[in-house]
Amino acid sequence: MITTCLAEAISDVPTISAIGTRAILFEAPGEFSMAQQRRIWALMQACEARADIAELVPGVTNLLLVFHEAPAQPEAIIAWLTELWPDLPELEVEGRLFEIAVRYGGPLGEDLHRVAEHAGLSPKEVIERHQASEFTVCTIGSAPGFAYLHGLDPSIAMPRKTVPSLQMQAGTVIIGGPQAGISAITGPNGWNSIGYADVALFDPARHSPALFQPADRIRFYAEGIEL
Amino acid sequence: MITVLETGPLNTVQDLGRFGLRNMGVGSSGMMDMLALQVANILMDNEDGAAGIEIQTYPCVLRFDVDTRFVVTGADVGLSLDGVMVLPWVVAQVQAGQVLRIERPTVSARACLAVAEGINVPVVLGSRATQLRGGFGGLAGRVLQTGDMLPIAPSDGPAGFGAVPPLRVLAAPGETRPKSVTVRAIPATDHDHFTASSREHFWGRPWRITPQADRIGYRLRGEPLRLIEPKELRSYGIVPGIVQVPPAGEPIVQMADANTAGGYPRMACVIEADLWRLAQAPIGTDIYFQLCSHAQGVAADVEMRRYLNTLRSMVGYYRASAARQSGQRKHSA
Repeated sequence: MITTCLAEAISDVPTISAIGTRAILFEAPGEFSMAQQRRIWALMQACEARADIAELVPGVTNLLLVFHEAPAQPEAIIAWLTELWPDLPELEVEGRLFEIAVRYGGPLGEDLHRVAEHAGLSPKEVIERHQASEFTVCTIGSAPGFAYLHGLDPSIAMPRKTVPSLQMQAGTVIIGGPQAGISAITGPNGWNSIGYADVALFDPARHSPALFQPADRIRFYAEGIEL
Repeated sequence: MITVLETGPLNTVQDLGRFGLRNMGVGSSGMMDMLALQVANILMDNEDGAAGIEIQTYPCVLRFDVDTRFVVTGADVGLSLDGVMVLPWVVAQVQAGQVLRIERPTVSARACLAVAEGINVPVVLGSRATQLRGGFGGLAGRVLQTGDMLPIAPSDGPAGFGAVPPLRVLAAPGETRPKSVTVRAIPATDHDHFTASSREHFWGRPWRITPQADRIGYRLRGEPLRLIEPKELRSYGIVPGIVQVPPAGEPIVQMADANTAGGYPRMACVIEADLWRLAQAPIGTDIYFQLCSHAQGVAADVEMRRYLNTLRSMVGYYRASAARQSGQRKHSA
């Protein structure tokens, strides 16, 4: 019993590393889970209280801390993070619910058939399973406003393409490995396209430029299907 | 206004960058050679955040449509104003209608043109830097094209003085070798997960900048680096300078237009004080990474700030003296 507790305690030790002089990367241990992600959000909240931090960049079960100036004593910050982590609860954020209309298939969702083939399902079944899940915004990153969505039905997960699409439209509804998303900008993209949604994930003129925030919930529904 | 008469394809309006938006997927952008812009803004008596033009493809030919002053810093470019040679790193006066021609540098890569009061494009999300990926900031979120007009202010302050380039003041790390540059870097997250021989390689051997090198990042060529065992990483936040190693084993250094998130193993991160050296390294340059501690990285920052502070106070003295002399001339006239 004691050894089990000890093993659990050890397995909850994060990896904390320097990224240059002015940034520190905190990575939660273990497999991906939304529970760990919610603890990352809690850590982020704790870090927001520090005046020496210029930017906090949450990733998938990790957090990059960018300081205004190179800290004189990075060891002290590492010690602070190490001490803080074990007691951090999951931060329960009530995300907003977005319902996104999708035109499945067609030229903008040209990989739908490949995803179906890979899953051993019909394209219609893929569409049904994509609509059946409620997704959670895990983090925003990579491109302005791009949201990494957690909650994809594992049966329709599909590895990224080895040869990316060169001009994927912004708004393309995509699957990349176990994650889902909507492409935020037009350009090369290695994720698999299954449809198109007419949404602007980022607009610099908007009061809140990024449409989604971490913890927001997303549901997709079919506005049209072209097989 | 400045009118663009001729330009290569990749020149943009940049300032010191857009910060605080990485959590929305917006990278910092900004001048690749930040030090060049800082020097230029000190010489022009501009605000630190004033925007300039980053020139990385040549020739670039610009016409000034107002009487003003400018300075070109960064690369060792050839400059001529209506066919008459002018020097980089020196503030020059220009009359409306004069044409500035900026020619390809011989050993470095990126020139920075600053004008009095800066290039006055709109501030978008806190900065005038061009965000090419997002298509905003700078001039309409894109690279400059022939015929573009950029708003600038008239100015008649002092000219004919300049700065000693940082390359001559800040001690270069490592040995001086032809067509090579040494930058200091701090080991990053996955450093110890690479094989001992890969680590030795990384710190000891040259890494050549391939033609796949731009504002986003530089792909480097050399003997592939190997992890002790493969690692699947989850998406994490990145900053310019980080050296990542994709599965093929040849590293990529992320630069000013880097994405905000990455997923490759992290070998090291180039210290901020040496990013301008990388920005000035053209394709084909051999990069040597020199292992550096946090304290050494901070010391390099301090040295850079000292250079800028010295320059700022010297420029202050010169401007004050120039103002007094022009007052005396007016008085005696």
